[in-house]
Amino acid sequence: MSREQITELVVLSGKGGTGKTSITASFAVLAGKAILADCDVDAADLHLILSPDIREQHRFLCGNQAVIRANDCTACGWCREVCRFGAIACRDANSPYRVDPASCEGCGVCVFRCPAQAIDFPERDSGFWMISDTRCGLLVHAQLAPAAENSGKLVSTVREQAWQLAVDKRRPLIISDGPPGIGCPVIASLSGVSLALVVTEPTVSGLHDLQRVLALARHFSVPSAVCVNRWDINPQQTDRIEAAARAAGADVVGRIRYDRNVTQAQLQGKAVVELDCPAADDIAGVWQQVKQLL
Amino acid sequence: MARSMRIAIASGKGGTGKTTVSLNLAAMFGGPVQLADCDVEEPNINLFLRCDKLVSNHVSMLVPEVDPKLCNGCGKCSEICRFRGIVSLGAKALVFPELCHGCGGCAMVCPRQAITEQPHRIGSVAVGQAGQIRLVEGRLQVGVSLVPPVIRAVREQLLDDLPALLDAPPGTSCPVVATLRETDYVLLVTDPTPFGLHDLKLAVAMVRELGLPCGVVINRAGNDQVGLHHYCMDENLPVLLELPEDRQIAEVVSKGELVSHALPEYGRMFGTLAERLYEVAGRIGGRR
Amino acid sequence: MKKIAFTTSGHDLDAALDPRFGRAQRFLIYDLEHQVFCTLENDQSRNAAQGAGILAAETMVKAGVDALVTGHCGPKAFKVLDAAGVTVYHCSAATVQEALHQVQGGVVSPADAADVDGHW
Repeated sequence: MSREQITELVVLSGKGGTGKTSITASFAVLAGKAILADCDVDAADLHLILSPDIREQHRFLCGNQAVIRANDCTACGWCREVCRFGAIACRDANSPYRVDPASCEGCGVCVFRCPAQAIDFPERDSGFWMISDTRCGLLVHAQLAPAAENSGKLVSTVREQAWQLAVDKRRPLIISDGPPGIGCPVIASLSGVSLALVVTEPTVSGLHDLQRVLALARHFSVPSAVCVNRWDINPQQTDRIEAAARAAGADVVGRIRYDRNVTQAQLQGKAVVELDCPAADDIAGVWQQVKQLL
Repeated sequence: MARSMRIAIASGKGGTGKTTVSLNLAAMFGGPVQLADCDVEEPNINLFLRCDKLVSNHVSMLVPEVDPKLCNGCGKCSEICRFRGIVSLGAKALVFPELCHGCGGCAMVCPRQAITEQPHRIGSVAVGQAGQIRLVEGRLQVGVSLVPPVIRAVREQLLDDLPALLDAPPGTSCPVVATLRETDYVLLVTDPTPFGLHDLKLAVAMVRELGLPCGVVINRAGNDQVGLHHYCMDENLPVLLELPEDRQIAEVVSKGELVSHALPEYGRMFGTLAERLYEVAGRIGGRR
Repeated sequence: MKKIAFTTSGHDLDAALDPRFGRAQRFLIYDLEHQVFCTLENDQSRNAAQGAGILAAETMVKAGVDALVTGHCGPKAFKVLDAAGVTVYHCSAATVQEALHQVQGGVVSPADAADVDGHW
């Protein structure tokens, strides 16, 4: 199987908490033989539904961080002067300076500037990624370390692994659970994708955030589809959202009702479509429409 | 003189009700307060506040510009750059502003002083007033990838002599860290679902990494089948507010209205939350 | 034209042409004069957090190639190659050998712009 024969669906939301992961899990069950990727590496939740058996785990090194050797620091203060990110401070006038790892962006300017060459610049351990077995197929997932930089590299790593598996195992479909927002990680999850499904909710925030993520998808020439989750909370707003989606050139692929069974399914560690309930029917309907677009 | 207290409202998981809590806490604060929308990728607060006369300013990052007459192709700029924002090719250097982090390294290292830094637009910060609430809203330009500089620009617009509530983006990575730095207390909003508890634990790890005190707000509370209360007790996390699962709340929020105005019994609960935060802030030394 | 680089996942002329540039597995550099080739790994770019295409383009420039043949090339990489005077060919041939024939036979012509949007 060659890369050109593989299709990738990414499920995005713009605004967080619209039901993206629940819906992705259900798609994984309905698709049966897809390769799954959890690209929401900051707050990865897909594994809570898919109960993975981890087969392999790899450390994720990304960028560098500056570490001052206290014994060699002369407290001259040059590092703090040149740091544009406010990552360097000292307790008092004679104490050695210290880099705050959570604020260090790994630019290396202080390392270069230090007159005493007292700053090390090791690679930064930023989390790990895994390949696991699940009842729906292979899952590539990851966890970014707390306070780590989410540059998109870990997302790209997860996707690259998923593509490799798709080629090796001859699976023509990849389903990715995308990150919220429109920044680096979302950009990394969008490029080269066949279709972006944006899940939103019938609120003023839902409409506003949808428009921003659709603009991003257009910027990267990725076709989009939209579905409104919990649509019956506000049918008027749902209509407005669907109209805005069409105006933006996205396909509207169905609606999903508000249903407490969604939480029940989560509590039981199941995908919504593994329960017999109204939301399950609606999600199955959305999947049918999405398949036609892929 | 000590700065007025700054409280961040964050959440591991998106959609737990962070913005609802920030907004209503500001509305029921009982005095002038600042509300910073640091979710610059998807800023939603003004959809509810509807401030009149939002004054907006560009946020720019400094990116290098190379004078081709001075450049001798030595390549030192390219060597120091960790982000491929500047690339040296023989007699010229190419700049990629979208990858640049604005660290100033290339300009510093150029032996011919051929590099100057020019502002490159990455977003905007807007300031407005709605009643007693002074809103500072950050907005990332669509297509720009680097988020923390816009959040830093929002924080720079905060006044020191008014308490401030900072609505953080979801998650636990660098945009959240940029929001939470130098705040006095973090309120973590969660819900009693498996996703909610899982992501709360990630958020608590991050807040502890930053060395900040925190408390919890439980949204859509009710039947706790995931052991959320136990977790909070084990971790010494005070639960400062519990909002019940109520379809009415969802409907009010969906229309862009404030829960504390539309449903006064919830308004009182946010007032109590504000009081509890004053107590906590008093203990940790933040000024009212 | 003396040296042409091809993106590939294999190690010889029968290997598949890798459709990507920045994150391609390796490059096969073919010397037209002497009709010999060598391969150059692309690990540095593949592992880059961002700007993989740029790094790969820099690698091409340092290797002194006159032309690059690949499936797709993004705008940042193209900018670097163009500035350095490296001719870019977008080719959909299955193997390096076929791609070489297509370039030599004039079946593909030099690109004047990137053919895909940038990404990570």
